[in-house]
Amino acid sequence: MSFHPKMPYGTGWHRSERKLAELGPEFAYTPENQARFDAIVKRYPPEHRRSAILPALHLVQAQQGYITGHAMTFVAGQIGCTPADVEDVVSYYTMFFTQPVGTYVLYVCRTLSCALCGAERLTEALEEKLGIRAGQTDATGTFTLLEVECLGACDRAPVVMVNDEWHECARPEDAAALVDALRERGTAALTGCHLCVERRNGQ
Amino acid sequence: MTMQPILTQHVREPNSFTLDFYLRHQGYEGLKKALALPPNDIIEMVKQSGLRGRGGAGFPTGMKWQFVLKDTPKPKYIACNADESEPGTFKDHVLMERNPHLLIEGCAIACYAIGAKVAYIYIRGEFYHVQLALERALDEAYAAGWLGKNIQGSGFDCDVYVHRGAGAYEAGEETALLESLEGKRAQPRIKPPFPAVAGLYGCPTAVNNVETLCNVPLIVKNGAEWFTALGPEKNGGPKLYCISGHVARPGVYETSMSTTMKDLVFGADFAQGMANGRRLKAVIPGGSSVPILLPDQLDVPASFDGIQKAGSLLGSAGAIVMDDTTCMVWLAENLLHFYQHESCGKCTPCREGTDWLLKILRRIERGEGEMRDLDLLQSVADNINGKTLCAFGDAAATPVLTTLKHFRHEFEAHVREGGCPLHAGWRRRGTAAAAH
Repeated sequence: MSFHPKMPYGTGWHRSERKLAELGPEFAYTPENQARFDAIVKRYPPEHRRSAILPALHLVQAQQGYITGHAMTFVAGQIGCTPADVEDVVSYYTMFFTQPVGTYVLYVCRTLSCALCGAERLTEALEEKLGIRAGQTDATGTFTLLEVECLGACDRAPVVMVNDEWHECARPEDAAALVDALRERGTAALTGCHLCVERRNGQ
Repeated sequence: MTMQPILTQHVREPNSFTLDFYLRHQGYEGLKKALALPPNDIIEMVKQSGLRGRGGAGFPTGMKWQFVLKDTPKPKYIACNADESEPGTFKDHVLMERNPHLLIEGCAIACYAIGAKVAYIYIRGEFYHVQLALERALDEAYAAGWLGKNIQGSGFDCDVYVHRGAGAYEAGEETALLESLEGKRAQPRIKPPFPAVAGLYGCPTAVNNVETLCNVPLIVKNGAEWFTALGPEKNGGPKLYCISGHVARPGVYETSMSTTMKDLVFGADFAQGMANGRRLKAVIPGGSSVPILLPDQLDVPASFDGIQKAGSLLGSAGAIVMDDTTCMVWLAENLLHFYQHESCGKCTPCREGTDWLLKILRRIERGEGEMRDLDLLQSVADNINGKTLCAFGDAAATPVLTTLKHFRHEFEAHVREGGCPLHAGWRRRGTAAAAH
């Protein structure tokens, strides 16, 4: 069917590239997360519950690892907006996943200060060790490797964020050992942020 | 010339982030003093101090507060910009992690001054551990009556909340920050109206950077004259500088704005010169969005006005230092990858232009460029510069315009030699292959 004689509608042209997230299993917050959400939403004026979309989605991702269609509908119900409003937000922010990711998501900073200190080599070393390219998850679902833009830790370049934790001064030659250490000890293997001195010292 | 640190004086001491520690070092004295004064006096004091916004634009904070609509039945808000996502910038992070009560005190005074009861601290999503530090400090402040209802018996109510972003550079632009805070995509609004008139939820709002708000308690406590005397004219107060890249000692350094850029890079108290004995090639003095300074342009005060006179901008004071192994075409490509990725997509020149700039730069870096590509780069960049709603467009065009201006011969060499003549050891091993 064509609405215009010269435009090949329906043949691949002008087809929306918008991909809907998979619906996934039914979603509801755990009682703890529901309580957290109910507390957070009170920070905003009652007529502006929509402000709580970002915190609501962070809770979904913490609970389920990524954000499914059912989760978006659930959040819309909690906020009082449409699922499309939620999808609009999910699709914009880079920290939200609509696909399953590995147990450990490695975000390697690729922007200038880190790149000057060897971030490109670090990514290569991680790719080699994990046997995947940046943007992929390994076959066991343990690691997802991502290149991201400036993480704001340029004095400790190159920096890698693993889930919500930082690993500073990550040299390419230590990349393989870092992966092994993560497998063995989880995020305890990371340096953490150098400013969390007391936490680093185990206090 | 060096100055004793003020904002970061105690940040290296154990438990500097606790309320106990803060109160032992005259913490919340500024708020106490402020609550005994009429709000207008605070605004006047901040105006006289000449405090300029530390987020990048350097706009006088007192004036920003004065513009906040007074006669309105609507609530007013303080939005603290803790997005800190300008490449090369990591100063607010130190303040929030090690001296969070200073920011909380600054938020409370700002609220009191403009007549707001709520401040939202918008923190970038990647700063999760910083958010935890802030929330711990907020809990302490509430429990001790420095926040909440009837603060210290003054009758003034103030709430401060942390709002976590989710990975968007553009959320650092003030109106995009407000959109994000409202639960939408972080895209800028048309100005005017400015946030001071119609900001968060359409209400009068002042958007201030973390470091800016951290200076406010000091001004109230010590007076406007004390603040102005700390730096050159119109550039008073302490300033945090972030120095990263090929330097011996990268980090955050606090000093007066009469310190020169050269001192910051080479001084024994600061970054201590180039790492590995290499030669300095260029400095981007204020975060990735500002023009390059060459080695012979660094002997200027690192103040808003000093750096501007030298042909660049102080911006967020994130200086990125490059040695002579750095290829300037690669640098432009690296930064355009950033801008292409972070463009919010609202304005066509920026959304499409950054994509084309990146494509052309990749082509040249790979050795597939032609001489006419250089003019094309210039033309595309000129068609973004100044043609977008927010300053992102100018920022995205800058890396291309500034490298073309100072290092055109490197672009020509890439075209002539069919590849990158300066492929440093710290870069990706496979060039052409990996770029595909």
